[in-house]
Amino acid sequence: MTFRYLAPLIAFAVLILVFVIGLTLDPRELPSPFLLKPAPVFELPSLREPERRVGSANYRGRMALVNIWATWCVGCRQEHDYLMQLAARNAIDIYGINWRDNRPDALRWLQQFGDPYVFSAFDADGRVGIDWGVYGAPETFLIGADGIVLYKHLGPLDESVWQRDFVPLISAGSPAP
Amino acid sequence: MKIAITFLAILLSMSVALAIDTERAFDDPELQARYETIISEIRCLQCQNQSIKDSNVFLAADLRREIRRMLGEGKTDAQVYDFLVARYGEFALYRPRVGGKTLVLWLAPLLLLAGGAVIMLRVVRRRMTLPIDDEPAADE
Repeated sequence: MTFRYLAPLIAFAVLILVFVIGLTLDPRELPSPFLLKPAPVFELPSLREPERRVGSANYRGRMALVNIWATWCVGCRQEHDYLMQLAARNAIDIYGINWRDNRPDALRWLQQFGDPYVFSAFDADGRVGIDWGVYGAPETFLIGADGIVLYKHLGPLDESVWQRDFVPLISAGSPAP
Repeated sequence: MKIAITFLAILLSMSVALAIDTERAFDDPELQARYETIISEIRCLQCQNQSIKDSNVFLAADLRREIRRMLGEGKTDAQVYDFLVARYGEFALYRPRVGGKTLVLWLAPLLLLAGGAVIMLRVVRRRMTLPIDDEPAADE
């Protein structure tokens, strides 16, 4: 009897809950199909030394952060200072993939704002970006020592994201010193 | 400053719009038809409500280029879709394939329809037992 009258209210409440959850989700943030799978391998010319080939072989066997960046990307500028901080405190080796950019601009950027990367690979035509499923820079992949993608973050990195999403995985993935 | 950046962004996007590739990709009409079907089935991840056929952002152009290359190499449609799903997930397809995680997506309409039918049936059944007159039914 009371249920008869409560049922619409309950249905409404459930609907509202679904909407609230739906509205707080970012539809741009997609689960990476690479999560917990082997990271794509790549080999590209280095940004700084065009004749030198760099790639995933350079961090084989070590945990690494792979950051996809470009000078046209506003979020990359936003997170750059934080990447500099991470590099300064030797949190992890950071490797850059300079995506769909042009070399003079990218070099000027690194000169102006600092270079947190062990190296940046230069992906001029975006082929490697496609292999990594990149669709919106900045994107940051955490790669385990075994080459497995442990985490992917879309958008600028900052301290809170780092502490919440990356630090637990990093301390779990590498033996305590 | 912000306004300047926004303005610049708009200008830049306009220059890209001029560059959308409209010329035919293949001489072979059959290949061209396959190509056009595929690119209209792939979601542009940067501008999620457009297919890569309709979108002029560079990522869509890059993906079109990759698809042209693969078709040119004689890859099948399934291979092209697999290539994209492996990198961008099922979300990249406007018609996700049946199975696994997308099963819920495909079955949800049927389940909702069935649920509605059950409720309707029950209501109709109950009403059929009510006396046929305009007297308000006694409160249960």
